[in-house]
Amino acid sequence: MTRFGRIGDPPATLSVPRPRRRGGRRRPSGLLGALGTAAILLALLGAWELYAQVGGVDPLILPAPHQVASSLWLDRSLLWDNLRVTAGEVLLGILVAGVAGFACAVALHVSLALRRSTYPLLVASQTIPIPLVAPLLVVWLGFGLGPKLVIIGLISFFPIVVTTLDALARVDPEQLKLLRTLDASRWRILRHVELPAALPGLFSGAKVAVAVAVIGAVFAEVFGGSSSGLGNLVQQAIPNLRTDRAYAAVLILSAFAIVLFGLLTLAERLLVPWAHESPNGRNR
Amino acid sequence: MEGVRVDGVERVFRARGRRGVEVVALHGMDLRAAPGEIVAVVGASGCGKSTLLELVCGLQAPDAGTVAADPAVLMPQRDLLLPWASALDNAALALRVRGVPARRARVEAVPWFERFGLSGFEDARPAALSGGMRQRVAFVRTLLAGKPVLALDEPFAALDALTRQEMQGWLARVLAEEPRTVVLVTHDVEEAVVLADRVVVMSPRPGRAVAELEVGLARPRHRTDVAVVALRERALEALGAPA
Repeated sequence: MTRFGRIGDPPATLSVPRPRRRGGRRRPSGLLGALGTAAILLALLGAWELYAQVGGVDPLILPAPHQVASSLWLDRSLLWDNLRVTAGEVLLGILVAGVAGFACAVALHVSLALRRSTYPLLVASQTIPIPLVAPLLVVWLGFGLGPKLVIIGLISFFPIVVTTLDALARVDPEQLKLLRTLDASRWRILRHVELPAALPGLFSGAKVAVAVAVIGAVFAEVFGGSSSGLGNLVQQAIPNLRTDRAYAAVLILSAFAIVLFGLLTLAERLLVPWAHESPNGRNR
Repeated sequence: MEGVRVDGVERVFRARGRRGVEVVALHGMDLRAAPGEIVAVVGASGCGKSTLLELVCGLQAPDAGTVAADPAVLMPQRDLLLPWASALDNAALALRVRGVPARRARVEAVPWFERFGLSGFEDARPAALSGGMRQRVAFVRTLLAGKPVLALDEPFAALDALTRQEMQGWLARVLAEEPRTVVLVTHDVEEAVVLADRVVVMSPRPGRAVAELEVGLARPRHRTDVAVVALRERALEALGAPA
């Protein structure tokens, strides 16, 4: 039954405790969704294979899917080693961005002056062209993890701050009035009401950040003079005429992003299950 | 103890913008509630009832006139329970935000759950509770605030008709056992007559008290009692509604 369908419930049942209901929305079954994704993927791969075979494209520019697949298998240990490097960078970067972004959003929420003065700068930080600053960061921070974390963190930070700040701002003003008549201090309102209410925002931001963080990691490796990682592998593979390997590395990156996104969604369901229930305060 | 005294209060809201449009919410509003008295305030939508309650709670200051009241706690129309917290923790929130440690706050809230028929639902999250139960949890939270004045803002308006009747009977019993000074704002005249010692009728905006009815009927009252029906008609007449 959909959330809206519940309006028609007979009133007599309303005073009876309602059975626990998981998730309020109708959604296609997981199997059906996966089948759909597989069908679309197969169609795309088929079209790609066909084009590569009969289109007369140079395989150095566009390798056929079967060539990419064979590279996935033959280069598996090389891909795996480099994935571990990039995955480490991305995970650490998102973690840093998550902690810093959440803290920053709370600070901006609490202080109007800070919000007015800093928010435009935050937006501006997103326009920094990474390829230009990456070499500078390397000069400042060396060839290690430092510059990569800065770049990934910088990119992931913004969506996390925006969504967390929105979640903080969406706390019901009536709720805040009620808390004031309960003599709650600013700090206790933050601790007992606003911080938990901001967690779904943090998760939304982190999910957006996953995709941009992977792109950020590739940029960081390519423009930050890295000697390992999937981004670096792509960069090395092309001049070596191993376009199939470059495509294989990109494929691995996408798969990694999907897995990370899935894990975040799972963590969200476990940690903030209430975020997907019907809104608080509506009685139906 | 002084209960609630609102004298000649005016409250004006200025719409934002250069050419400020002024909205007079209250003009010359008087309200008295003696300690332990239940006063219902009825009026049409937008007559400044909620503003009046916020003044009583000290959430707003009057533009003219005076408001003097014992410390008041607000119970809004929606239960505003925190969706992530258990029913018990939601009730205990009133103590937690004053710095009472979690365990002690829960221990203090438990007896209220027994009294209000909420036993067994301590650990349920609000989404698993019916509308009536959620409102009872919200009422425990209101009582645990320990304030002498309860400011109830259409507390049952969001419930369906049947649950609302149940909850009105329930509130009447609770207030008989647990007397407080109550300012009950409602647009339900029947609810006002069934629950209150006195009914104050407000005019449309700008709101002020235009009539006052002593209820003075024995409790428990039923909506079908002849005296209740008669008073309801008088209140409706004062409101200017066609009978």
